[in-house]
Amino acid sequence: MAEAGNPENIIRGYKEVSVTEKRGEKRKWRQFFRAHSHGRPKQVKDVAHQEEVVRVLTNTLETANCPHMLFYGPPGTGKTTTALAIAHQLFGPELYKSRVLELNASDDRGINVVRTKIKDFAAVAVGTNYRQGGYPCPSFKIIILDEADSMTEDAQNALRRTMETYSKVTRFFFICNYISRIIEPLASRCAKFRFKPLSEEVMTNRILHICNEEGLTLGGEALSTLSSISQGDLRRAITYLQSGARLFGSTITSKDLLDVSGVVPLEVVERLFIACKSGNFDIANKEVDNIVAEGYPASQIINQLFDIVVKAGDDTTDMQKANICKCLAETDKRLVDGADEYLQLLDVASNIIRTLSEMAQDF
Amino acid sequence: MLWVDKYRPKSLDKVIVHEDIAQNLKKLVTEQDCPHLLFYGPSGSGKKTLIIALLKQIFGASAEKVKVENRSWKVDAGSRTLDLELTTLSSTNHVELTPSDAGFQDRYIVQEIIKEMAKNRPIDTKGKKGYKVLVLNEVDKLSREAQHSLRRTMEKYSSSCRLILCCNSSSKVTEAIKSRCLNVRINAPSQEEIVKVLEFIAKKESLQLPQGFAARIAEKSNRSLRRAILSLETCRVQNYPFTGNQVISPMDWEEYVVEIATDMMKEQSPKGLFQVRGKVYELLVNCIPPEVILKRLLHELLKRLDPDLKLEVCHWAAYYEHRMRLGQKAIFHIEAFVAKFMSIYKNFLISTFG
Repeated sequence: MAEAGNPENIIRGYKEVSVTEKRGEKRKWRQFFRAHSHGRPKQVKDVAHQEEVVRVLTNTLETANCPHMLFYGPPGTGKTTTALAIAHQLFGPELYKSRVLELNASDDRGINVVRTKIKDFAAVAVGTNYRQGGYPCPSFKIIILDEADSMTEDAQNALRRTMETYSKVTRFFFICNYISRIIEPLASRCAKFRFKPLSEEVMTNRILHICNEEGLTLGGEALSTLSSISQGDLRRAITYLQSGARLFGSTITSKDLLDVSGVVPLEVVERLFIACKSGNFDIANKEVDNIVAEGYPASQIINQLFDIVVKAGDDTTDMQKANICKCLAETDKRLVDGADEYLQLLDVASNIIRTLSEMAQDF
Repeated sequence: MLWVDKYRPKSLDKVIVHEDIAQNLKKLVTEQDCPHLLFYGPSGSGKKTLIIALLKQIFGASAEKVKVENRSWKVDAGSRTLDLELTTLSSTNHVELTPSDAGFQDRYIVQEIIKEMAKNRPIDTKGKKGYKVLVLNEVDKLSREAQHSLRRTMEKYSSSCRLILCCNSSSKVTEAIKSRCLNVRINAPSQEEIVKVLEFIAKKESLQLPQGFAARIAEKSNRSLRRAILSLETCRVQNYPFTGNQVISPMDWEEYVVEIATDMMKEQSPKGLFQVRGKVYELLVNCIPPEVILKRLLHELLKRLDPDLKLEVCHWAAYYEHRMRLGQKAIFHIEAFVAKFMSIYKNFLISTFG
């Protein structure tokens, strides 16, 4: 007890925490930039494929004023990039450290952090509007809350008042994937921007650019594989590319990419579907056995099976497709709950067999 | 020493089964920039072997000198202090643990130990700071919170500590962690590969393998290498020299499940159910995991059933296994499955034979 009450201990503890945290933060950044420096645009106008957002933000840069903002959209579409770019362009490297607070992990933003760290930072007054080194340097600070949808509801509620009270000196940038997880009062205080998934063309250009810089060789087939497995998520594409380069050297084939991405080869899933179509349970059972032994993740199989079912030819009626999809959804939920992969896949297989051969659905 | 351990390849060059993966891993660490790794694949496919060989490749012989420790931590969690205890395996350069053993407090363990490792970093001869490796087993059984806190810790301490994660199914690992690691899928060895390994061991032990004997063991092993080697050793103890038609005895719990399945086919009545319950209890008391029992039971039943019934039975197996995961007491759900099966089978018998 005495130890805990000793002011010296408290101070020491506090110091230690702040130092390690700072160091960690810096390190993380360095790493992050090393991994992504080739692709990450430094200026708002270079952000690809998000015209409306860029137009509004360029305006902000000119007038040096902006509302609270909320960026949402699927992962890897440039939300964080845009937020960082505008912060850098507003303040420049000198003032950036003192004017921008970036919080991005999900675990250090409980209600306590909102009440202390964020509030303290938000309350600090800043100097008036003066241009420095060609940067607008407006008279407010920016708090960037990345992955804001993983903040607890309590923490979000605690932010409401802080946002209003300090709105003169602080702007909040929220970044999230799902806008529905941001509570309404917060969302209504912000200007909302939706980030679209990147089109194939934009992705290809960026990837080729990175390959050039890094001296990687990527065939046409590998390139199309990469854009299909990353599904419009540029960051994922870059991660795959990097892992592929680390593991297999500078020439990357489409098979290597499939290997590192954890995507199941199309033949495997197709074989399962065909086996189910044949109506013979034992054949399907063998396929499932095989899939489990090969170590393919069941959730991925379900995902890809879904694509195949949706695209299936005319011999499958819409009703049948709908039934199968319903079963897939059920299975997905069960897998999330931690059910056994083998049994669940077997259930899916048996359901598809029943559906396609028009057997009774319910037991 | 068991053959399984005796013939475990000690270095990446000696790996027989996953040669290509081993070579790639070697290339990866010799370039001095080892990312976080996530190994996933079914049990008995060689994940652990590869990890041990990889550690040896990174740290040299010192990685082999491991000691088992039962360590305890005092963790300050907000308003209260927690006392945690866990068994770890460690050498000078790496620590290995199974955080899910700590139950719902797993996140504290993971954070504490990573912080501790980051504090005392090894320094090599050139004064350069090296990194330590933390091997986490069964990450798929980690709680959601632990996985979330792991993702931040991974980034924060990545210069002083590399994580090697190992799990059976990567479905249960969150996307955030997967995307921070280099994913390595280890598939179960094919039967030919198992035969190759068995022949290799037989040669080393100077045993005479009759024609097709290794192939039979491989077939019974369900593509698990560990199991195949163990059953080869069992056969060796039971009867040597091998005879061509020697019986490869299954594990005793599997025989027991076969017995249960036969009972279920024979009699469908409350009395039968009561008998089955006793047997299932016995298996559970002997620490056979409930989902393994259920899976095996289904496997045995499917062998004996009419094709039309197979579809229905496997649906219910999946249904009850899921409920078992959500519920508290496994026996209820296994018993429910047994009762369901009996009712389906009885209906079927009545409708076909009257």
